Amino acid sequence: MTWRPRLAEGTAPVLVVLLLLLIGLAVAGPAYDEPSGYLALLKRAAPLMILAIGQYFVIVSGGFDLSVGALVTAGVVIAARLINGSESATARVILLVLAFGLLVGLVNGLITTKLLVPSFIVTLGMLLVLDGAIFLWTGGAPRGALSAGFRTFGRGAVDVPALGEVPWSVLILLGILLAAALFMRGGTGRALVAVGDNEAAVRLSGGQVDRLRLLAFVLSGLLAAVAAILLGGFAGVSAQVGDGLEFRAITAVVLGGVLLGGGRGSVVAAAAGALSLEALFTLLNLLGVSGALESAVQGVIIIAAVAYASLGNGVRQRLRWWPQQRDSARPAQPAAS
Amino acid sequence: MTPRTTTSVRLTGISKSFLGVPVLRGVDLELRGGEVHAVMGENGAGKSTLLKVLAGVHRPDGGTIEVDGAEMSFASPTDAQRAGIAIIHQEFTLLPHRTVAENVYLGREPVRRMQVDRRRMVADTRELLDWLGEDGIDPTDTVSSLSVAQRQVVEIVKALSTDARVLGMDEPTAALADHEVELLYDLVRRLRERGIAILYVSHRMREVFDLSDRITVLKDGQFVTCAPTGELTSEDLVRHMVGRDLGEYYPDRAAPDDLGPVRLSLRGAGNQRLRELNLEVRAGEIVGLAGLQGSGRSAVARAVFGVEPFTRGVLEVDGVARRVTRPRTAVRLGIALVTEDRKGDGLALRQSVRDNTLLVRRAALRGGRSRARSDVPALLDLVTVVARGEHQEVRFLSGGNQQKVVLAKWLAVEPRVLVVDEPTRGIDVGAKRAVHELLRDLARRGVAVLMISSELPELIGMSDRILVMHDGALAGELPASASEGAVMALATGHGIGEAA
Repeated sequence: MTWRPRLAEGTAPVLVVLLLLLIGLAVAGPAYDEPSGYLALLKRAAPLMILAIGQYFVIVSGGFDLSVGALVTAGVVIAARLINGSESATARVILLVLAFGLLVGLVNGLITTKLLVPSFIVTLGMLLVLDGAIFLWTGGAPRGALSAGFRTFGRGAVDVPALGEVPWSVLILLGILLAAALFMRGGTGRALVAVGDNEAAVRLSGGQVDRLRLLAFVLSGLLAAVAAILLGGFAGVSAQVGDGLEFRAITAVVLGGVLLGGGRGSVVAAAAGALSLEALFTLLNLLGVSGALESAVQGVIIIAAVAYASLGNGVRQRLRWWPQQRDSARPAQPAAS
Repeated sequence: MTPRTTTSVRLTGISKSFLGVPVLRGVDLELRGGEVHAVMGENGAGKSTLLKVLAGVHRPDGGTIEVDGAEMSFASPTDAQRAGIAIIHQEFTLLPHRTVAENVYLGREPVRRMQVDRRRMVADTRELLDWLGEDGIDPTDTVSSLSVAQRQVVEIVKALSTDARVLGMDEPTAALADHEVELLYDLVRRLRERGIAILYVSHRMREVFDLSDRITVLKDGQFVTCAPTGELTSEDLVRHMVGRDLGEYYPDRAAPDDLGPVRLSLRGAGNQRLRELNLEVRAGEIVGLAGLQGSGRSAVARAVFGVEPFTRGVLEVDGVARRVTRPRTAVRLGIALVTEDRKGDGLALRQSVRDNTLLVRRAALRGGRSRARSDVPALLDLVTVVARGEHQEVRFLSGGNQQKVVLAKWLAVEPRVLVVDEPTRGIDVGAKRAVHELLRDLARRGVAVLMISSELPELIGMSDRILVMHDGALAGELPASASEGAVMALATGHGIGEAA
């Protein structure tokens, strides 16, 4: 059988949107005449794309993870406090931050699957708990500093043969994206999507629904920790670094055509959604639109994307711009009524 | 009231395509006041589309619709309603927390002095209920307190309140319990006596013969025949629907030497629903499990599969006692369950044919065996699935093809014991035959098949032995080709203790 490239249902629109935005950037900004501009965009977008990949696992299996923004903040604040400028502690603390993300994901997942609390509520609670804990611990102003080694992942670049200087964050992103795409092609990944579509069918096929769900939350927590490491390096220490990122990640996933409630969507499209979002904000910035409008734009996008997804197939057919086959015969006119 | 012989509606040469695929090709249908006109055909024959064209949901691409001799064009269901045509859909459209009268006049409540005229609403509803002869329902009852059959009556009253003279009913018994079906029959007959024309779309052959005056058969969107019910036999009807003679209905039964060792055995097994079950299923045989609804037929399937496990007694697979407390254990022991609710818990509808076929293998097996996926085309070929490709989502397949995908997902793990619960419910005649042959083929290859079905002819035709359940226990065993009467006697509890 010949292999043909195939787009998962709902993936095409985000690719069109992304392409249009990239063209828009090329027209609007002189910085986007050469590859380095796009590389910088990708570097900026990397943390959000990684968060969107994590969020994708949870959404496609039928849940939400609202705790990732607070988790990013917690990761950065904890890292700064524990490293406190000391280079030697860096490796240990990075592992600790990753473990913390994993633990938060594990708790989210266990409460959702074992106590049957809706994930929306569990992770909302986790968001508030983490927020409160950070505030209590830092008193509102985080102490300590990140080491230069820690910040390399967010800021630094590495010389790659034939490509030149490539930011670490872009390499990490590509690695994660590749791993995620391969994972979603495999049996466990497909089973995860099936859980979001029909949990009962997976259970009656001998699948371990709870474990799959748990895995999604753990991956989301872990990737949030990775995003925290990149963001800490990129933006520095602040108690607001992760504010609103959970909603931005959800917007990105939805923009990527992933069905809220689960069961459909591709992880690459979710990442493309995140990149589109970042490109859109960059473009608005270039065009001189106030940054204050960002959240309004995000709100419009999330509503529009979900509305588009819930339109019936018939309506979507009519919205297409290429002409459909026209009905050949006109129905008879009413002769009497 | 229209005289009984007046033609109420005449459809001529109706055609309709969706995205270039013709679904109806020049269908004729004539519907008279005071008749029940059944439309039959396999899934995908165009029955539902025809009904929707009549109801103004779809605009036909060609052909004419005449009502009482006047040519009409319906742009919307409201137009059809104005012409006196109403449809009772499969899904109910009632608001459960409102009263019957409020539901009947939903959205077009009579108004008096700027307020809803409740008194008139209730009085008009009562008048319609009386006219139908339904005295068990009060207009002020809340819908949630009514039975499913009563809700159907309310749906019909709602349609009649718009002065409908033509009622289209799409699989009206699908949601009803067995004893409620009789009530529906009665209601349909009363509607007919009062001069209403009824277009009755159903899969169930028995209903159509019990109720209808005339039958129109569609096949692949084309009109095949229209004849008075009395002039057709069920064999004729099947031949018209399938377009060929089915001849022998069921594959040959197992010969005595085909039977292998006992694969599944229950000894004194029971739980909250089931009492003291003793049964054996051998490799190579199909054992039928009969019983009325609620007799515990499906509970046996769920218990064997570990969904609602046995709490007492012994379950043996290939001679080894096992504790099966969850489906995963059952799957790994080589037990497969085709559930009765294909869409609810059999398939992940938005996933592809391929992903559904591999679902069990991926979900339940470990390591290398879960990764093998090269044999999917062969599997789909074996169960004769017709799809546009492996990557088509299963929700776009017909019921028969969906059921074949369910079978394929189990064949992918080569089960030793296959439990099938209503394996041919809601699928067309051709697919039914394919499923029957597949089950027999599996038995020949050494699978032990336990088959549950509420269609007695199917159960009797397929089974090598029949076990009959009554009230959570086995009421008796009958040999192959037992009569329907013998099965029913045991199932209703009459045959127990006597020679059946």
